[in-house]
Amino acid sequence: MSTIPNSIFTPATAARFDKLATIYPVKRSALVPMLLYAQDDLGYVSDAAISEIAKRLDLLELDVRNVLSYYSMLRTAPVGKYNVQVCTNISCMLRGGFELLDHCKKTLHIGHKETTADGMFSLEEVECIGACCWAPAVQVNYDFHEDLTPAKMDAVLADYREGRGKDVK
Amino acid sequence: MPDVNFIVDGKKLTAPAGTLLIDACKSAGIEIPAFCYYPGLSLQAACRMCVVRIEKAPKLGTACTTTVAEGMNVTTESPEIAQARKATLQLLLGNHPLDCPVCDAGGECELQDMTFKYGAADSFYAEPKNHREEQKWSPVVYFDRPRCILCYRCVRMCGEGMDIFALGVQNRGSSSIIAPNVAPSESPDHMAALDCEQCGMCIDACPVGALTSGTYRYKTRPWEMNHVATVCTHCGDGCKTTLGVRSVNEGSEIVRGDNRDKSGMNGDFLCNKGRYAFDFANNIERLSSPLVRQSDGKLKPVSWEEALTFAGKKLRELRDAKGANSIGVIGSNRTTNEESYLLQKFARTVIGTNNIDHHRTADFVTLATALQGTTTADGKPRFASQRCVEKSPAILLIGGDPTNEAPLTAWNIRTNVRLNKARLYVANHQDIKLKRQAKAFAPVAEFGYAAFIDSLASANDFSTAVKAEEKLVVVVGNELRGGELAKLIAALPHAKFALLADYANSRGASDMGVLPDVLPGYQSLKGSTLASEYGAAGQSQVADAPGLDLLGMFDAASAGHLSALYVVGSNPIKRFGIDASALKNTFVIVQDMFLTETAVLADVVFPAANLYEKAGSVTNSYGDLQLVAKAADKAGVRSDFELIVRLADKFGHDVKTLVPFGKGLRAAGMSGDMGQTRGAQSGEADRHSVWLTANNLEPKLSPFDPFAILDEIQRVVPGYDKLLRLQLLSGNDQHIAPAASGLVQIQTGRKDLVLPAADTLFTSGSLTRFSPMLQDVQRHQASEHTDHLASAD
Amino acid sequence: MPTLVSHPDEVKVVSRRFGMGATDIDKYIELDGYKAVQKAIENGPEWIVNEMKASGLRGRGGAGFPTGMKWSFVPKVSEKPKYVLVNGDESEPGTCKDHVLFLHDPHSVIEGTMIAGLAIGSKVGFIYLRGEYRYLLKIVEKAVADAYAKGYLGKNIFGKEGVDFDIITQTGAGAYEVGEESALMESLEGKRGVPRIKPPFPAVVGLYGGPTVINNAETIANAPHILLMGGEAYAKLGSERNGGTRLFGISGHVERPGVYELPMGYSMRDAIYKVAGGIKDGKKLKAVVPGGSSCPVLKADEIDVGLDFDQMAKAGTMLGSGGIVVLDESVSIVEFALRTIRFYQHESCGWCIPCREGTDWIKKTLTRFHAGGGNKKDIDNIQYLAENMMGRTFCPLGDAAAMPTLGFVKKFRSEFEEYLEGKRVEHPLIQITPIGEPALAGAH
Ligand SMILES: Cc1cc2nc3c(=O)[nH]c(=O)nc-3n(C[C@H](O)[C@H](O)[C@H](O)COP(=O)(O)O)c2cc1C
Ligand code: SF4
Ligand code: FES
Repeated sequence: MSTIPNSIFTPATAARFDKLATIYPVKRSALVPMLLYAQDDLGYVSDAAISEIAKRLDLLELDVRNVLSYYSMLRTAPVGKYNVQVCTNISCMLRGGFELLDHCKKTLHIGHKETTADGMFSLEEVECIGACCWAPAVQVNYDFHEDLTPAKMDAVLADYREGRGKDVK
Repeated sequence: MPDVNFIVDGKKLTAPAGTLLIDACKSAGIEIPAFCYYPGLSLQAACRMCVVRIEKAPKLGTACTTTVAEGMNVTTESPEIAQARKATLQLLLGNHPLDCPVCDAGGECELQDMTFKYGAADSFYAEPKNHREEQKWSPVVYFDRPRCILCYRCVRMCGEGMDIFALGVQNRGSSSIIAPNVAPSESPDHMAALDCEQCGMCIDACPVGALTSGTYRYKTRPWEMNHVATVCTHCGDGCKTTLGVRSVNEGSEIVRGDNRDKSGMNGDFLCNKGRYAFDFANNIERLSSPLVRQSDGKLKPVSWEEALTFAGKKLRELRDAKGANSIGVIGSNRTTNEESYLLQKFARTVIGTNNIDHHRTADFVTLATALQGTTTADGKPRFASQRCVEKSPAILLIGGDPTNEAPLTAWNIRTNVRLNKARLYVANHQDIKLKRQAKAFAPVAEFGYAAFIDSLASANDFSTAVKAEEKLVVVVGNELRGGELAKLIAALPHAKFALLADYANSRGASDMGVLPDVLPGYQSLKGSTLASEYGAAGQSQVADAPGLDLLGMFDAASAGHLSALYVVGSNPIKRFGIDASALKNTFVIVQDMFLTETAVLADVVFPAANLYEKAGSVTNSYGDLQLVAKAADKAGVRSDFELIVRLADKFGHDVKTLVPFGKGLRAAGMSGDMGQTRGAQSGEADRHSVWLTANNLEPKLSPFDPFAILDEIQRVVPGYDKLLRLQLLSGNDQHIAPAASGLVQIQTGRKDLVLPAADTLFTSGSLTRFSPMLQDVQRHQASEHTDHLASAD
Repeated sequence: MPTLVSHPDEVKVVSRRFGMGATDIDKYIELDGYKAVQKAIENGPEWIVNEMKASGLRGRGGAGFPTGMKWSFVPKVSEKPKYVLVNGDESEPGTCKDHVLFLHDPHSVIEGTMIAGLAIGSKVGFIYLRGEYRYLLKIVEKAVADAYAKGYLGKNIFGKEGVDFDIITQTGAGAYEVGEESALMESLEGKRGVPRIKPPFPAVVGLYGGPTVINNAETIANAPHILLMGGEAYAKLGSERNGGTRLFGISGHVERPGVYELPMGYSMRDAIYKVAGGIKDGKKLKAVVPGGSSCPVLKADEIDVGLDFDQMAKAGTMLGSGGIVVLDESVSIVEFALRTIRFYQHESCGWCIPCREGTDWIKKTLTRFHAGGGNKKDIDNIQYLAENMMGRTFCPLGDAAAMPTLGFVKKFRSEFEEYLEGKRVEHPLIQITPIGEPALAGAH
């Protein structure tokens, strides 16, 4: 097993990575999940994370960056504690996705891919998240919220602000 | 693969099954456009330019991924296909900066050519183009993102071809971009950078002007240059390079080096030195006037006449007073075969001494001795050519590190492994990078090659596998020489061998007899026909005892026994770490481009032309003979060939016995007894002029024409007798197997005089110091991390 | 939690256990779970493939390729290991059926994967879920762990000597193109989601170079039901050459949006007006995007068509992923077309020129057009661009972007023209948001 001394990740994540590197026929298969879990751990994929993951999987850092930059959920800069991802794709658009996005911009006073001053929320307009029949839908981190209206959205945001929000990881 | 029959544009064609349609068409003279397809690299099918109509297929198919099949009926040009290609071009041009007038690739750009052909010049987009600043990735590689059409050739060239993997594709969709391996966040100046071998192969592969060369960018337009195909002056691999030259005040200057003429044995390849390190030629420190040491001890520029007369006379005086054997001559690894031959002939027949040597970087004498008279299982000579490395099904690499010391050899090995699944066996005392391609690796202790050779006799996995190979090519690094080398050659009796040396004409210097103990072609000093011919021709008798070797000459000088030393294109003081005081009582003549550590000690210094400034031939480490063509020209310098002839003249020697030249029977009064009057071999000048006339070429009337001496080489040097002049002149390489007869007699107990140059990818002996680009590249390499490279483990 | 809907016209096969707590392995077993796979072990590969062929099941991922046939293409002997790959990347806008499947019946996917493995002689299956479905991944991971605990997965499954099967779950990280089968394999191998050159097809050279069967999660989940009820019985539920039932996600302007299981060939009009309760707020129907956003639009008068692969093709569109998106009279087609192309532009992997540049130029042109800066020539240009992408790209994503675009400009050309004359239902909110350009090497 390829354990890495002085991992930058939490012990649980590091242990998970040790295992991930062993379960596939080819080690490299662990790359995409590792990047995502690394991001869950650190808030974003840092240079240090890239370097450690490259070492774990015997890859060049360039390989890791090539892959990392392909996937739209992965980011190389931190975001707020709660990343509010508003879907505006067709089904959501038909049921008020853009109004919802606009509402979030106004209430949070931030734009697309911006973070509130207190670091609590980030806002992102996203493509279809697979909740079309319960549109308009929003994902806060990994948690789905469906059938939203601006009022329901306010309640959702309030929950998170007051620490009542679920945090699926 | 069996052949299949198919039809392209109504023409009946045949090709082996499995051939790609695009290649099959090309062989039949039908050119299918393509950006992403590049022979030998993995298939992409990304650019969609090669679309063709294949009967019964629902959509247009890509010729770059379709293999020919029996009965296939293909159309490669039709209005439908032209429209598809035009639309693709329109899409590309939509975001293209269209800065062709200032683009380096203007005039040799595949995008330009395609647009010209398919007429996609009309633009119907109103939106602004995505602009991005040009990036400097290294001193030699610049990237212009907006010009990039994302054909991924550079990425594949770097990864698959070079085994470096320094380029990648990042982001996706229309934000996709080619990115180098040092991310901005990780680089000292927060700019993306390239940490790699700086070979510039990506630039050559780029079909447009997205990747440009640090030495060439914005310098000139392609059509304003002359393109001269010649041979690289740096390592012993013998890459062909195309030099772009343009006129300047002082002659003509090289502005670009690349391998656009892919006819050489390097195919696509050229390394960092071959591509960029021609700039020593333009260095301001270059000598452009002869220098003679004055009574005040200072070197002073004087006229050619004065310098030559002084040097010639003085040399003659010393020869007459102190004897021929008090004079030494040191030759070069970078002069042409003709010059090397001429120099040893000068030593042996003008001065009359065997005191001639050069800086040897591999033991070709032993190679020639051990291989002569032996053959492979199918009766072929056992001298391997560079081409064997590219094609042989099995290669054993013992010692050496081709990646750094012989980059083309490394490229050919990698290519052979990748494309032909060749089996590579590596035995080395280091974890060299080529281990990545090796099927088996045998670690060797430092200085432990003798033990390794012994182990070949026992039955271990490595030796069994190696010995089971029927067509084995053994490439030997210069760690092995003398007895060890001979033993190795004996241990693998049917293998072909090649020895890696360090400079453009190391092998040529050996073959041409720039050695104290053998004549050209490793012929004996005693009793060979050449020995008697030289004896007859020389004004003094050639001794049949070996002369002083290079170190011996300096020992003699220190002891006060060396009256004069003539050094051509070499810097032994620096190379061998010799104390300058050794030469204080010796009259020294040096021919060089720069005032080197040796030249500063000289009494006379002649400014010399370099390999890019003259014509002739060179022989690479493998014994592949190639033509050197004159590309650049520098006012004030002269070729070593001319200088040797002029010195002989001023020495008071009849130069016609040194260089046969002229026209007609017994040309220009050539009545000297050079054998011209004797039967079949009569008259170099004759043969030369007969040959020239037969081939509609100008007769050579000048004593400075190296081709006159090539005739003599062809006549007297075994191996070189087989050379085909037209092949040479057309720029093709020919393999020379030098020792044809059993004449070699090497003293046992011969001193080890080989001093490997230990050059790296970014050094090339003394030339490095005078190449600003190599200096720059070295600084860049030092500032980037090295763990970005695919490492050997 | 997505609300479960139901309608009397539904024929529940894959959705049989929805809402019944079948995520719990014991509950699943109680509801006939893991019976089919044992039957499969007993009867062997040939029987499985024949039942699948008889069922007339066609792939639920979008292309509708006959599943039994696909399984039969895998070579019997192979030097490299064979694999089963379950495509749960579900990213086609308008599609959320696999979402409910994973949520309510993950074991059926596991059991189906095992059956596919038995059919082709594979010992390892992968279940790949899109990265956004993290909570579903956890449900599936738990189900897999439970199956291992029961000895249903691993070595000697169900106590049968020499019968081994492992399942590895995998997550994506945000990329629609990774739903394309060969791009999915690349992604699973830890690479950029760029598709592969075909041939060779996955059945011959797939994951890690081994023969691979790749199926949509719903396709796979049907397998156990088919083996239990018999292929022919399953076939009879659907229409000609379109066996069985299918999960349809009806979304947009309908009264009761949701995922319904309807027989293949069921009337689209009924699906919208009966099953989904008709157009929301009593408005008039304008158009339907019938099978996910890549399918050419149908106008209100074109919806009398049966929901199966062949009838939809005849109607000039596609059944696709079964995501029916319903547009009422208030929708601006210009805006809808822009939102659609924006998606494909964002999701193009960038590998080939026509798709990478074509989606970008259509998006740019439509953005300006939508913002009021358009002219008549733009409409022609958009059509020209889309026509020149069709059939010329490396993978079907290019077509997926071109087809709906062509549908919109051809069927609603007059609306585009009226838009120019100021007759627009202006939606102030659509902006060009530069989604996802990470600040990476050289990216600026
Ligand atoms: C751009 C693109 C995206 C796709 N996305 C999905 C997807 O998210 N889920 C899926 O099951 N199939 C998707 N497919 C179809 C798959 O390529 C493949 O045909 C399918 O997984 C095969 O399974 P089936 O035969 O069960 O339908 C996509 C195809 C394309 C071209
Ligand atoms: S059509 Fe081309 S650019 Fe588009 S997703 Fe497929 S391969 Fe990538
Ligand atoms: S369109 Fe919004 S979740 Fe599908």
